[in-house]
Amino acid sequence: MNEKANLLIVDDELIVRDSLSKWFREEGYEVSVAESASEALTKLAGLHYDVALVDIKMPGTDGIELQRRLHEINPALIVIIMTGYASVETAVAALKNGAYDYVTKPFDPDDIAHTVRNALAHHRAEQENVRLRETVAAVACPQELVGQSAAMKRVFEAIETVGPTEATVLITGESGTGKELVARAIHNASPRRYNPLVVIHCGALTETLLESELFGHEKGAFTGAQYRKKGNFEIAECGTVFLDEIGDISLKTQTDLLRVLQEREITRVGGSQPIHVDFRCVAATNRRLETLIEEGKFREDLYYRLNVFRIELPPLRERREDIPLLVDHFIRKFAVPMSKRITRVAPKAMEVLQAYDWPGNVRELENAIERAMVVAQEPELREVDFTLKLPFPPGGANGSRTLEEAERAHILRVLEECGGNQTRAAQVLDIDRVTLHTKLKKYGWKKTPVDVS
Amino acid sequence: MNRIQLLPIGEAGDGVLEYLCEALPAELGAACEVLRVPFDPQPAFHAERQQYHSTQILAGMHQRLPSDSWRLLGITPFDLYIPILTFVFGEAQLEGTCAVVSTHRLRQEFYGLPPDPKLMRQRLLKEAVHELGHTLSLTHCEDYRCAMAPSHSVEWIDLKGSSLCAGCRARARIIPPVSSLS
Repeated sequence: MNEKANLLIVDDELIVRDSLSKWFREEGYEVSVAESASEALTKLAGLHYDVALVDIKMPGTDGIELQRRLHEINPALIVIIMTGYASVETAVAALKNGAYDYVTKPFDPDDIAHTVRNALAHHRAEQENVRLRETVAAVACPQELVGQSAAMKRVFEAIETVGPTEATVLITGESGTGKELVARAIHNASPRRYNPLVVIHCGALTETLLESELFGHEKGAFTGAQYRKKGNFEIAECGTVFLDEIGDISLKTQTDLLRVLQEREITRVGGSQPIHVDFRCVAATNRRLETLIEEGKFREDLYYRLNVFRIELPPLRERREDIPLLVDHFIRKFAVPMSKRITRVAPKAMEVLQAYDWPGNVRELENAIERAMVVAQEPELREVDFTLKLPFPPGGANGSRTLEEAERAHILRVLEECGGNQTRAAQVLDIDRVTLHTKLKKYGWKKTPVDVS
Repeated sequence: MNRIQLLPIGEAGDGVLEYLCEALPAELGAACEVLRVPFDPQPAFHAERQQYHSTQILAGMHQRLPSDSWRLLGITPFDLYIPILTFVFGEAQLEGTCAVVSTHRLRQEFYGLPPDPKLMRQRLLKEAVHELGHTLSLTHCEDYRCAMAPSHSVEWIDLKGSSLCAGCRARARIIPPVSSLS
């Protein structure tokens, strides 16, 4: 039994050391004895012990003091204090200093056997728990965010900084840039990582449905509400709530959400009892919340609640140097489930992938790789395996590849799409109207529609 | 053949000596007889605790150990203790020759229940095998049915059997009795 746990008995009375050590040996433990605190400390330096039974009253260093020193040397050591008389003061002192338990002499055999056995079982469960958590963390959090570009390094640093805190995080970035992965990384870097991460795609749900998803509902709250349902804030229980597409929620839900963020309390739909909730909030959007505020579609106070710490994810076209790394990552990701021995991308194909603008960002790249892997011949992906809609085919609009030519073609195309409206075209291009006007003047553009084909 | 000698310390009563003489050989593969020599436990008596120090009794038994004795088991109606514990059912010299068991807390009367001599004898047999097991260098066994399972209360004694498990038998090098071979 007990896998021969090591016990150290510290008592100045020979008779106690003798009788207790003999008794514990019969129980199947490896037992050492020490008659004083100094002998105990010497023994502890030489051998690993699981449990120390320490007499509280000893000449010189007493049990409480020894217990503190033992704890400094080995915090994992279980210390059980033995006392000749039960007193609240000594018990409190012992337990305050981190003793596992205290027992009063003489011990009831059943009690002491159980105390030691439970202490060991507790200790082993704790150690196993730590091991399992480490294993789970290693298995459950594979590195999904890929990138070595300066922009991505800033993102990683931000995750590392804000992850372990309780701060609300707003992640912004175009669609497909990996906002959910960042949210997961933040959750995994936080002390809440062993609790749930609840993801809510706000844009995908109608107002009523979203309300019931977020806050839960009572039985009979609305037609079809046959059972009481917990909301996601309750489900998250000490975990993280990730609100994706936060820019798409109605003003009514925004108000409710603001209350939850401020009060940390929810009321289920159809209910009246406020329920305290403990969660950390991470929100994401691909829309410019500042613009939505100007348009009166987003509450400014909610914006400030969410925008405590901001992480901006760069679009893929602004970190083209990460494309080979991402391509390699996705090839490895799909190769195993597809049972395809694809190991590389032909240089020409990589050139195309790096030149492409990726409006759908990493998600589009992932899909492109997945599709190409389906049709590709082993062992590499070639240019023909990709069907990218290149807005500027290699060679440029008129066979020219200069930046100026490309810019001209793009501006004129956008302007055409906007029906010649310069203000709108400037908004789409994200430049001011004067700049656009100057450029158009340079191209010799007149207010008549221009044929760019 | 190895011989277990039973040493009555005080009046055992209820036919316990006869019962053990009959039952022990099958459990431990050794003959059993009663040693009729006077033994005074008084030096081991603790007036304040009103109990007998089992370790001192063992020391006294060891001094009177007959030269041809394989194992000497003291049987006493007195309540036993070791200084750090409130009581013990028995004590043995680990890997030694002597062991002692008490019937005091094996009796139902101790717990305010009607006497049950048969149950007491069964409990005594289990504890006798248990303590003699310690003299055969056995420590406590994880199998709750084995006589070497730890039992610090009568409930646990009642739960276990009077026989050693196969593992403990092998460790103690006990040849199984004929009955369990069939």
